[in-house]
Amino acid sequence: MAHGPQPGFKRWLYTTNHKDIGSMYLWFSFAMFLLGGCMALVIRAELFEPGLQIVQPEFFNQMTTMHGLIMVFGAVMPAFVGLANWMIPMMIGAPDMALPRMNNWSFWILPFAFAMLASTLFMEGGAPNFGWTFYAPLSTEYAPPSVTFFIFSIHIMGASSIMGSINIIATILNMRAPGMTLMKMPLFVWTWLITAYLLIAVMPVLAGVVTMMLMDIHFGTSFFSAAGGGDPVLFQHVFWFFGHPEVYIMILPAFGIVSAIIPTFARKPLFGYSSMVYATASIAFLSFIVWAHHMFTVGMPIAGELFFMYATMLIAVPTGVKVFNWVTTMFRGSMTFETPMLFAVAFVILFTIGGFSGLMLAIAPADFQYHDTYFVVAHFHYVLVPGAIFSITAGVYYWLPKWTGNMYNETMGKVHFWLAFVGLNVTFFPMHFVGLAGMPRRIPDYALQFADFNQIASMGAFLFGAAQLVFLFNVIRTVQGGKKATAEVWDNPEGLEWTVPSPAPYHTFSTPPAVR
Amino acid sequence: MLRGFNRLFALLATSVLAHSAYAEKEGAERWGVNMTQGVTEVAHTTYNLHMLIFWICVAIGVVVFGVMFYSMWRHRKSKGYQAAQFHESTAVELVWTIVPTIILILMAIPATKTLYDIYDTEEADLDIMITGYQWKWKYNYLGSDVSFFSNLSTPRTQIDNQQPKSENYLLEVDEPLVVPVNKKIRFLITANDVIHAWWVPDLAVKKDAIPGFINESWTRIDEPGIYRGQCAELCGKDHGFMPIVVKAVPEAEYTAWLGERAAAAAKMRELTEKTFTFDELLARGEKVYNRNCAACHQPNGQGVPGAFPAIAGSKIATGPLDGHLSMVISGSQQNPAMQAFGEQLSEVDLAAVITYQRNAFGNDMGDTVQPIDILNFKNKQ
Repeated sequence: MAHGPQPGFKRWLYTTNHKDIGSMYLWFSFAMFLLGGCMALVIRAELFEPGLQIVQPEFFNQMTTMHGLIMVFGAVMPAFVGLANWMIPMMIGAPDMALPRMNNWSFWILPFAFAMLASTLFMEGGAPNFGWTFYAPLSTEYAPPSVTFFIFSIHIMGASSIMGSINIIATILNMRAPGMTLMKMPLFVWTWLITAYLLIAVMPVLAGVVTMMLMDIHFGTSFFSAAGGGDPVLFQHVFWFFGHPEVYIMILPAFGIVSAIIPTFARKPLFGYSSMVYATASIAFLSFIVWAHHMFTVGMPIAGELFFMYATMLIAVPTGVKVFNWVTTMFRGSMTFETPMLFAVAFVILFTIGGFSGLMLAIAPADFQYHDTYFVVAHFHYVLVPGAIFSITAGVYYWLPKWTGNMYNETMGKVHFWLAFVGLNVTFFPMHFVGLAGMPRRIPDYALQFADFNQIASMGAFLFGAAQLVFLFNVIRTVQGGKKATAEVWDNPEGLEWTVPSPAPYHTFSTPPAVR
Repeated sequence: MLRGFNRLFALLATSVLAHSAYAEKEGAERWGVNMTQGVTEVAHTTYNLHMLIFWICVAIGVVVFGVMFYSMWRHRKSKGYQAAQFHESTAVELVWTIVPTIILILMAIPATKTLYDIYDTEEADLDIMITGYQWKWKYNYLGSDVSFFSNLSTPRTQIDNQQPKSENYLLEVDEPLVVPVNKKIRFLITANDVIHAWWVPDLAVKKDAIPGFINESWTRIDEPGIYRGQCAELCGKDHGFMPIVVKAVPEAEYTAWLGERAAAAAKMRELTEKTFTFDELLARGEKVYNRNCAACHQPNGQGVPGAFPAIAGSKIATGPLDGHLSMVISGSQQNPAMQAFGEQLSEVDLAAVITYQRNAFGNDMGDTVQPIDILNFKNKQ
């Protein structure tokens, strides 16, 4: 019997095929991206003018919280797992992921987790309203009843991520084609290998902290309540011990994607492959010893402040190595600017700007002025939107011809890029200004001197949102048909994925390829 | 199509009108793009540090983006440029690891120095205890009788767009923190419920207010003036509505003010002995209610379903008096959001607000509570 997909819906429910599961992850994350985006638009619409127009503060806080949670756990992370599923086996010459049934399960528990999280919006008392960082005791003693559902959905998301990363590690370490040594692996595979270890290290910490919350709320413990001998700051230490590696989980695979795209369109090999690998590993290591830079104002002893300030500043070194490598790869190349390259170049520029504001935030005494203002909001949106989102978009345009066998519409891709690029900068650049001028984050209404820049930011946000509809339309049209793509798709790209036909057959590398 | 254009035009017109409504904020302040230079030495140093790092970043940016834009302009396939094939160079990698490290060390030196200054809270002339509450600040001048709450004074009608917004919209309070200039003031910062953060940009002081723990910070203000700030840590529904106003005055004026406040506190204690009429209590109670209770229970007493219970027709406000006294004075055992107001309000205000709650919103219980009843209830416990 030929091994093909089951007909109809069962194909997707029962599938153990890495390509099907990858597609499901990507579609799911795009749906979550639109949902979280709509919440961002509610926030920006309310902030268009001073005064309360559209929503009340209770609902505003639910929107900021849900926007953050959905974008981090629902949009960015599953999108990277989707790309990993599609590309890692094809890049290392493996027939599938090492643990295909677990792969199916790690995807299929996600829709349930997010359905539960979204359902809290309709519960009495409303959805979680304590920010995506859910600081205790606002998220324990003072939380709405829906917090218990929030905790459960975080547990499920964590389980999904842990299983996903076990699968990725097992695949990379065991299923490489003969001759594919570790130092020959594409950087996307390397960055994902390191990311997967980060996930395994910190997702249990997140599960631990929400479990401590659950105990405090329902079982009478006092981990985070000073009245019972606990400490609210303990929450922040545990949370950020997860949270800081988490932000690198959302950026390391992006480094891998960009390191694949820039050499292809510069027609020149990546400048320093091994230094890129070492830089990634250094960033991953440093991510474990910088967490308290999110907490410079909690009143740490000065020795603690200094340690976390110095360690944080150090991250600039390996990150700089990466940026210099991309720029040197472009230097004296023979460049063309198709849509994936546009997004990758924008990634390098805008991520560097986010890196600069990150370096400023690392300086503890200056951070006392920046902390919890819109400057921080501008900073992390500059590293996450052009960082994670642009690299995912670049990756989708880069590999879409391989997945579907059809070329996407280049003009529409460029329109998407320029709308998104302008929208993004109009939205987030003014946030640096209002933050420095003194606007705190997470407020539904603001003083009059912040009105003009907020109005500009809101207009940019709607432009950025509209740009994503162009993307959706372009992808759907490409799936349906279009100019046929060759196996190589691009001009002499590097990697095993370009040696199989386009579209990639349902099963690839059933016999391992020869690796030079 | 035409209708669409009309609607777009109407939208643009309203946004232009909205702009002219807050045209009072002019020039630099309205389009403010940078951090304040502040009014304390620490604030000046912080500003200089911020600008130093900013210009270093700009310089690095000019070099990196310069090379990048140059090659994007020159090294294009469309210009017939042939790709070089060079890659890997240990020397280059070493240079771009070592040079940034040196720049970082140069940044870390002034940053470390400033941090030591900020952490030196020794030898203060004056200690003020700051306590964050949902959603107001309490200031306690240690060593004197003076302590008071500071609430947002922007009227609800301005927030709901029924009235034009005043110049200091959302940055104004009923009772500012009054401090002397040129004195080292130590702040002892804590919170009563959730975590807040006390932040005044002009003083470059931002410190988390954490329930059960006391943080320290300090300032010495150079020039008299009014300095405004806000709570900086998400603390629930009205996080955006608990501003901070610091009024720095010459020392003589400060001493006079402190004396007045101490006398007023003594007078308030005397009032506890007085018997008030029903109407006096009701009128005072309404003010106290709007300032302390309305944020959660709403001005109409209807509460917010699922989050904050209604006062109108509630079992407590229409039930036995003791239960009502206990709820307001000691707070709720089940729901920590209901604070204990026994320590926050005077006996007079407690009597007034309880009388008000039992008779407003159609509760019509008809009973009066006198300050002495509150005192007796407190003594019983």
